[in-house]
Amino acid sequence: MYEQDVAVYDSRPSPEPAYKHARPTTERTWIKWTLIGIAVAFMALIILLPLVIVFVEAFRKGVETYFKSFNDPKSLAAIQLTLTVAAISVPLNLVFGVAAAWCVAKYEFWGKSFLITLIDLPFSVSPVVSGLVYVLLFGAQGWFGPFLKANGIEIIFAVPGIVLATIFVTFPFIARELIPLMQDQGTGDEEAAISLGATGWQTFWRVTLPNIKWGLLYGVLLCNARAMGEFGAVSVVSGHIRGKTNTMPLDIEILYNEYNFTAAFAMASLLAALALVTLLFKTILEFRFGDELAGTRRH
Amino acid sequence: MEIRVQDIRKEFSRYPALNDVSLDIRSGELIALLGPSGSGKTTLLRLIAGLETPTSGRIFFGDEDASFKSVQERNVGFVFQAYALFRNMTVLENISFGLKVRPRATRPPAAEIRRRAMELLDLVQLSGLHNRYPQQLSGGQRQRVALARALAIEPRVLLLDEPFGALDAMVRKELRKWLRDIHDRTGHTTVFVTHDQEEALELANRLVVMSQGKIEQVGTPDEVYDRPANPFVFGFIGESSSLPVTVENHELWVGGRAIGLPAPHEATGQAQLYFRPHDVELVEDGAALAGVVAASRRVGGTRRVELEVGGYPERIEIDLPFDHPAGEKTRIAFRPKRWRVFEGAKT
Repeated sequence: MYEQDVAVYDSRPSPEPAYKHARPTTERTWIKWTLIGIAVAFMALIILLPLVIVFVEAFRKGVETYFKSFNDPKSLAAIQLTLTVAAISVPLNLVFGVAAAWCVAKYEFWGKSFLITLIDLPFSVSPVVSGLVYVLLFGAQGWFGPFLKANGIEIIFAVPGIVLATIFVTFPFIARELIPLMQDQGTGDEEAAISLGATGWQTFWRVTLPNIKWGLLYGVLLCNARAMGEFGAVSVVSGHIRGKTNTMPLDIEILYNEYNFTAAFAMASLLAALALVTLLFKTILEFRFGDELAGTRRH
Repeated sequence: MEIRVQDIRKEFSRYPALNDVSLDIRSGELIALLGPSGSGKTTLLRLIAGLETPTSGRIFFGDEDASFKSVQERNVGFVFQAYALFRNMTVLENISFGLKVRPRATRPPAAEIRRRAMELLDLVQLSGLHNRYPQQLSGGQRQRVALARALAIEPRVLLLDEPFGALDAMVRKELRKWLRDIHDRTGHTTVFVTHDQEEALELANRLVVMSQGKIEQVGTPDEVYDRPANPFVFGFIGESSSLPVTVENHELWVGGRAIGLPAPHEATGQAQLYFRPHDVELVEDGAALAGVVAASRRVGGTRRVELEVGGYPERIEIDLPFDHPAGEKTRIAFRPKRWRVFEGAKT
């Protein structure tokens, strides 16, 4: 009572309240710890534990067995195919992504918001559906089926189909990362470059690309992780021929269904390790160049 | 380089930003495009640069029709409002960019490019900062780098878009003097956009006052200030007070009383009187404008007095020296020493 009534008029330093360090937005202690506890338990159960299990299961029968499972030529072929598919689809999506982001961020045109929605389509549509679409287009009974067969071109149940499906699924990653960044940067730097006499090509290489390089790398990392890990769409178009059209995720499924748990988890541990490396790079990028990724700082 | 803008019209999705604007820019002059936001001044500057294409009309650089030339072909130095420095390049790299991107045939050798860039850095008084990145510079320094970068390509004309808009008042004043100095030394035809009339009056050889996509008046700072062409210019440039009056018997009348100002050329009827608040004399007797003091406050070295005159609802402002005894009175009679009358009611 006393404090409330007099504090306003009192010129002496007011007695320090006990709750001085508690910020107004903070909950009471027991609520705080209950909420944190629930969140941590949830994270551990849903995310951390499965990750640990992958490695535990992979090494269950010892290090020797673990490495022996990679000696299988069919497994090696799967690893090779996955790397090949990523090596083709990621660079292509890099070009598509930069072109799409450039177009959306630097120009105004009719149907722009439709284009942005279209870029997002692979995120919202089930990967199985996207795989199926390619079967309907290029499969033996598909629209282009007879034409392809007549010319001896194999797409479905072959590497081109897998690449197509992977490109479709990973299309948004780079474009989505670049669009907000480039929109935020605006066209000022490009205008400055052309006013100084630079051609469009010089402007792109010397001004635009350096401005987006970290965001681009970030997008490529995410795109690559997904390209190597994609299951659904690839599963539909691959045909599951071990040693020929089986990627790592598909191989894991087959090995698992054959009760070859160690080999399955060994392969899975490779994918998981890849994910961890991606995460590490991603974190380093965010830590080091966070401002250029989010594009919050201008000049 | 002389620049002629001929009947330029620019529409942004059917909305006209510029309405048949014509303007002659003389070789070597420092000319200001001045106007409130939305007056089309930046659009006009960007049209001259080639960063926008006109809906109709032509732009001449000397005798050459540049209307459909690309930005690169026009060879203009453009300084952007937000500087637009390349953040991945050092100061030196920024300045030499324009020379480095030239085709091999016209590109000077690397040592020459470096020498010229260092020379320009010296001109803009930033020697020693050539290895800094734009983020490591203050606003005023960035602006100077932007200017050096624009000058490096030996432009035919220098265009500046609100060059000091983002700087604080002190830096702004300093850079203004400095820009004037650079202009006098290099002799480039320079066009700059500003909404700051003080900047325009102090810097420019000539002013172009714009409003709503039209040019209201072109003239030297003194012409525009002393003989505004219309009520808009009078109100926009400098302080002004205005009051509705009646013209009768070649004299001005307020509230049924002659106020002692002759109007030999104006037609009888409604009119609007404009004068500068500081350009008045107090009168003891005789015909004058008489007002009741409604408010008075000191602004630095002057006292600004608000008067209610002749039942007119808006208050009229006049300036007196802050220690003038009349500042204490409740009624003041005064006459403008210089004034303008525009016929017709206030628009």
